[in-house]
Amino acid sequence: MALDTGLLPLDHPVDTDTPLPLKPTATGADRVFRVVLAACGTTVLVVLGAIIIYLVKYSTDAWHKVGLKLVTSSHWAPPFDLGILGALVGSVVIALIALTVALPVSVASALMINEYAPKRLRNVLVTLIDLLATVPSIVYGFWGLVALADYMYGTTKFLDAHGGFIPLFRTPEAGTFGHSIFLCGLVVAVMIIPIVTSISREVMARAPRDACEGALALGGTRWGMVTDVVLPYARNGIIGAALLGLGRALGETMAVYLILSTTNVLTPAILGPNGLGSISYLIAQNFTSYPEMVKSALTAAGLILFATTLTMNLVARLVVKRSAGDYA
Amino acid sequence: MSAISTLEAPAPAQPGTIDRPQRDPRASTNSVFEVLGSAAAGMALVWLSFSVAGLSAMFGQALCSFIAFVIIYALVSRSRHGVLVMKDRLGTLFVWAGSAAAMVPLFLIIGWLLVRGLPVVAAHFPHFLKADAADSGPKAPTWTAGVGAAIVGTVEQVGLATLVAGPIAILTATFLNESGSGYSQVVRLVVDAMTGTPEIIAGLFVYLIWVDPRHTAGKSGLAAAMALGIMMLPFVTRGAQEVLRTVPGSLREAGMALGAPHWRLTMRVVLPTARVGLITIAILGVARAVGETAAVLFTAGGSAHAHFNWNPFHGAQLDLPLYVVQFANSPSGNEVKEAWGGALALVVIVVLLFSLTRVLGSGSSGGARLSRWFLPPWRRLSSRSG
Repeated sequence: MALDTGLLPLDHPVDTDTPLPLKPTATGADRVFRVVLAACGTTVLVVLGAIIIYLVKYSTDAWHKVGLKLVTSSHWAPPFDLGILGALVGSVVIALIALTVALPVSVASALMINEYAPKRLRNVLVTLIDLLATVPSIVYGFWGLVALADYMYGTTKFLDAHGGFIPLFRTPEAGTFGHSIFLCGLVVAVMIIPIVTSISREVMARAPRDACEGALALGGTRWGMVTDVVLPYARNGIIGAALLGLGRALGETMAVYLILSTTNVLTPAILGPNGLGSISYLIAQNFTSYPEMVKSALTAAGLILFATTLTMNLVARLVVKRSAGDYA
Repeated sequence: MSAISTLEAPAPAQPGTIDRPQRDPRASTNSVFEVLGSAAAGMALVWLSFSVAGLSAMFGQALCSFIAFVIIYALVSRSRHGVLVMKDRLGTLFVWAGSAAAMVPLFLIIGWLLVRGLPVVAAHFPHFLKADAADSGPKAPTWTAGVGAAIVGTVEQVGLATLVAGPIAILTATFLNESGSGYSQVVRLVVDAMTGTPEIIAGLFVYLIWVDPRHTAGKSGLAAAMALGIMMLPFVTRGAQEVLRTVPGSLREAGMALGAPHWRLTMRVVLPTARVGLITIAILGVARAVGETAAVLFTAGGSAHAHFNWNPFHGAQLDLPLYVVQFANSPSGNEVKEAWGGALALVVIVVLLFSLTRVLGSGSSGGARLSRWFLPPWRRLSSRSG
């Protein structure tokens, strides 16, 4: 019971204390500190702005001289023909293959860590997935070039022989395998598994536990709980994670650099060398060895890549953030 | 757990851990037999049909066996336990197989690194880590080469990048955490968008602004450090933001109530409290930067056969990823072997850094002791007492 001090009218509820009308005033040092903080925050903006400005500035030459042919032609023969369509399509195809392989694996890993694995195994799995994320891309590429190409040789041949009625499962040149878009996609898939897994895991962990336990209490199986509670709840988050993985896969350079052959031909066949290219690889391979116009065209390619990954990241982050508020 | 403990604050749950209902860990004998029987049946079926058809493909046979196993197991479960149990079992199978599939490449890569790289590194042991590859040609034996020059470059470039990008990133994170202004929202959005920047774009950008105007003199350790810094900045900022969010608000409020100005509150309370987490995320940033290759491709400019270059501000400098990339593409078998040696060195460095973050983040006494190392000497004593 609050004592009646006579200061407050009795019908007035006691807990409407209002704080003293203090005006927080910053000291001089504080103002300097805040400016320093804001300046540090501005660095990121400056970097982003500078990247965009420089990419635009250096690519104007190509846009003027080559024009739209840059992105509508797939004929790449520097320094004369500068069509990057083959590389653009290749980048997308690599990213899609990577995502197709990585998404089920990542969702399974996320479910394993969150719902299935015994406690000890769970910690081990988390560490291993994080470790997978820290292995440098160049090592993945090297391994893909030397080892994975060998492992997949039989499978590729089989796909070519028996799935060849689908144009996708052919080789650009009959009978030669390896150095292919398909291999790049597989290696990049391994590289995006960690990020897709960790984000899916985060959103799945936000699924309301009472609903999960309710599902189990009603006699549902664990898989029933997963499909009826966890996955519907985490759906948007998983889509966001997939987009984020797609963005990473689009920009991946070194694995592709080591594995892929050097051509940029527009072809649906993904199983062999001398087919589609990749934007990042095109830049990495040609940039320093050709005259200004080629550099300009490659910068334009870089601009397209950068704009795409930026947008994908933003959309993905927004989707993931949104999914947090879905249910709560 | 008990009603008495309601008076105490609940123990902070580890992020990502879920309170799961207890399950009976014992599997019934029947269900074990159902799994084993289906597996045996699937393997036998596929083996038989492969033998009859005269096929021999290791991977194909394994894959077909697995598919046959899944189908048989599904049929057995369905006929004995009904559709729901069948679905549950297939789901469990999917989860286990999927997460195993995620692990396979990791172990294969580690295996390959050890088998191919270890002999190169271990021959004449510290020699490979100390020497440069200047006197070793494509035909020279592997022990004449070394990654010494590359390691020097990597340490200097990543060091420079961390020195600049690390503090900026942590202060940016502080800014994002402490200020709710519209401007900080914009910065947050940009940081989010920048975390996935392709490495090659960072390399391209630094090439355009720094290397190209200086022609041949532009490629240096410094240019590489700039590209690495651009990659590190958003990554460390995001991580540091997450870390700073864990600093309890009550600490901040206590500081404010005592009349501390904002800057002292941040420098003496918030950042020291989040110290271990911030160091962890910075080390993680370093571990990623060490392996970044496309960013240094146009900027560091060192040939794998380069001599030692200790000065990151002048002249082309080699680093480990460049060394691996150049030798991995080499037509010479010996150089490819040396590339495996370089890749092993690279991964060992990365894994060491990674383990350091694990020890620091584990909250064990060892981690606490280790984290004291990162304090300035005059604070080590005081943190021991308090």
